[in-house]
Amino acid sequence: MQDRGNDALLLETRGLTKVFGELKACNEVDLKIAPGEIHALLGENGAGKSTLVKMLFGVLDPTEGGIYWKGEPVRIGSPGEARRHGIGMVFQHFSLFEALTASENIALVFDEKTPISQIAERARAVSVEYGLPLDPHAMVGDLSVGERQRIEIIRCLLQKPDLIILDEPTSVLTPQEANRMFDTLERLKAEGTSILYISHRLDEVKRLCDTATVLRHGKVVAHCDPRQETATTLANLMVGSDVEAVKRQASAATPGPPLIEISNLERPPATPFSIPLRGIDLTVRGGELLGIAGVAGNGQGEFFEAVSGEWRQERADTIRLNGRNCGHKNISDRRMVGAAFVPEERLGHGAAPALPLSDNLLLSRHTTDRRAMVGPLGFVRMGAVKEATQRIIREMDVRKSGEDPEAAALSGGNLQKFLIGRELDREPMVLVVDQPTWGVDAGAAARIRKALIDLARAGSAVLVISQDLDELFEISDAIAVMHDGRLSSPLPIAEASFEKIGLLMGGAEPGHQAHAHAEAHANTEGSHEPGAPI
Amino acid sequence: MRLELIKRPQKSALYSAISPLLALVLTLLAGFLIFSLLGKPPVAALHAYFIEPLSEAWQLHELAIKAAPLIMIAVGLSVCYRSNNWNIGAEGQFIIGGITGSLVPILFPQFQTLFTLPVMLLLGFIGGAAMGAIPALLKTRFNTNEILTSLMLVYVAQLFLDWLARGRFRDPGGNNFPGSIRFPESARLGEIFPSHGSAHWGIVLAILSAIIVWFMMRFLMKGFEVKVLGGSPRAGRFGGFSSTKMVFFAFLLSGGLAGLAGIAEVAGAIGQLRETISPGYGFAAIIVAFLGRLNPLGAIAAGFVLALTYLGGEAAQMSLGVSEKVARVFQGLLLFFVLGCDTLIHYRIKFIFGEAGKPATAKG
Repeated sequence: MQDRGNDALLLETRGLTKVFGELKACNEVDLKIAPGEIHALLGENGAGKSTLVKMLFGVLDPTEGGIYWKGEPVRIGSPGEARRHGIGMVFQHFSLFEALTASENIALVFDEKTPISQIAERARAVSVEYGLPLDPHAMVGDLSVGERQRIEIIRCLLQKPDLIILDEPTSVLTPQEANRMFDTLERLKAEGTSILYISHRLDEVKRLCDTATVLRHGKVVAHCDPRQETATTLANLMVGSDVEAVKRQASAATPGPPLIEISNLERPPATPFSIPLRGIDLTVRGGELLGIAGVAGNGQGEFFEAVSGEWRQERADTIRLNGRNCGHKNISDRRMVGAAFVPEERLGHGAAPALPLSDNLLLSRHTTDRRAMVGPLGFVRMGAVKEATQRIIREMDVRKSGEDPEAAALSGGNLQKFLIGRELDREPMVLVVDQPTWGVDAGAAARIRKALIDLARAGSAVLVISQDLDELFEISDAIAVMHDGRLSSPLPIAEASFEKIGLLMGGAEPGHQAHAHAEAHANTEGSHEPGAPI
Repeated sequence: MRLELIKRPQKSALYSAISPLLALVLTLLAGFLIFSLLGKPPVAALHAYFIEPLSEAWQLHELAIKAAPLIMIAVGLSVCYRSNNWNIGAEGQFIIGGITGSLVPILFPQFQTLFTLPVMLLLGFIGGAAMGAIPALLKTRFNTNEILTSLMLVYVAQLFLDWLARGRFRDPGGNNFPGSIRFPESARLGEIFPSHGSAHWGIVLAILSAIIVWFMMRFLMKGFEVKVLGGSPRAGRFGGFSSTKMVFFAFLLSGGLAGLAGIAEVAGAIGQLRETISPGYGFAAIIVAFLGRLNPLGAIAAGFVLALTYLGGEAAQMSLGVSEKVARVFQGLLLFFVLGCDTLIHYRIKFIFGEAGKPATAKG
């Protein structure tokens, strides 16, 4: 009774907070959605978008804060309750049973015992009404991704929701399918339905959305009208450019020999949701630190796996590391030629969560340091491993409890310091790091960045993939941008600016850099067409 | 009131240690309940089931005979499960191992030397491993579910053995009873203390295999590889380990040990190839592996516990007239409670009373 929301709003959140352990995934988020508007929720991976909408849809319980629905405080305990309130959601990864038909899948969310034939009839009616062609009796397993999404949308519409949440809906669609979906959304809006549209594709948001809320590190950093913003300003809000003044150290006077040579790296998409790599060329010389910027999900993970050897190439000379052909080599053999890798995901990729630090040291060092760490018959010399572990812990100032704790027991920053230290300790000639300071506190981040720069200054080639532009501007000698599986040619740091890089991140064509300013307002679909020139 | 499972920040050392014991206690309580419902005096029944079979020396020998195959199979399975491969077909690998090992005395009855038995044991291991290789191949080549394929192959193996024992391998002088010739002495696994009871060297083989595999898991790179790939496959690939090779390693080792157990049973306790050679050891060993915390040394203790349920089943049938199927009930209960109690290692239970956080209704 003491508090009521604003009656004029359909949905409002006040101070909505969700804490996972020590991480505040959402930190006092205020969100206001008016009836009949398309509201964009923008933010990088890990900014808290998914956590926020999961709370709105009753999948997660908020730790603190309130949700107001049409002015009334509500507690949404389950997706079923959310649907009864009139909130529908279309997930990024669909929740459909492949072995059932479209109408059977739709029937699953209805509580009442409506016969399937009737549901199929209603589904057909809605599909005709909204121009979403669909055969209700088709088996889901036989349908394309776009068609599956239509099932989800129709399932949502059949419940006549007041608010529809769409989580990255176009990430799985072709441009044509996306256009058709935009028409449907416009139409729903005209009928007074509100839409919460989650995306990091800025051109779409500018085209479609009336208002936007931008999240960064779980906090709201801006409410704005995307039509008044440029792709660059939106990108800056998302990645955070509040620290403009960055100081850099002078790079080495004479670059060394090329240590990373990638020529025409192609990779077909491994799953329907992954990005193909298209003709990537790149050279990084000794003494050089090259940054790769880009919005998440544009092929960075796929690129990392290709360079590390977790995914191998057809031609041996597609990837050359430290002067040797590595295309056919696996990750251990690439390490043997002097390369080292630190992946984006710390737990479960870079480290095995349930194993102690010493075992995790062995994980990436057992071939390169075989002589020191592994004896006859594969007997592990635990003494040598533990000694190296302690050395890295000292060098990198890793804070931990206990002598040799499990990797999962360390905070993100301390584990990352350990994982970087694990590779630096080998003094590698080539280091490839994905998201070196993601989710890491400022102190640890500074230490990690310094270590990366020091390694490059000592003559190694360092390749840093990051979504943090500040970081890249602080440490890189040159920055290339990855977009839609393509890599732009590197811009020397002296020529790079937030604006230029931001435009490339949004998909502007590198050839048009000179006209970057002019194009900021006319951000077209052109770059999304398959086969667009790079 | 409802229950909620809250994830512990770290796994509980206390429950790691007492979870198997807790499971045993709960199994006994459930047994108490079952015997009461069957109208049998529960205390006397449990006594007959769990205490009496341990009261005399010859019975301890029987216990060791039953424990040997259980331990040997469970040792292999614990490595297999640690690597996140789910071999449910140890029963079939046990049978095939029994068959391949028996080929020597049945097809070459004249071959009676010091090497006869070692060759048989080796062939048993190879036969079980080959049987285990089938689900491994299907999994790595066609991405089939190894739980289903390995389980279905059990029935193939059982029927194959039945066919052999009644047909090709039937003893011509056996009065048409199914079963091969009785093995000559050189093809038999001898008794350890013939004067005390009938336990054969199988139990020693079982304990030896447990110690060797424990050493591998604890100190060798291979054990490390099993742990990493089993716990986080992606980190394993990052470490340069191949999950395809691991599937084969896990199935060849667990299949091979099951096959070894099979030939040890045939050459030890039975002495000929019969139409059935296992009262479900391959399935009971799954329980042994979990009760032993997927630790080869733990499997030794757990193997004796499960062996007791077999003996207890026979004893209870004789003294109380309950079906020996009760043994299966106890084995099932034990697995159920072991897996249930293991939840407590990673989660704690929170009781939520009342409907404190009842959702407010929105549309008045």
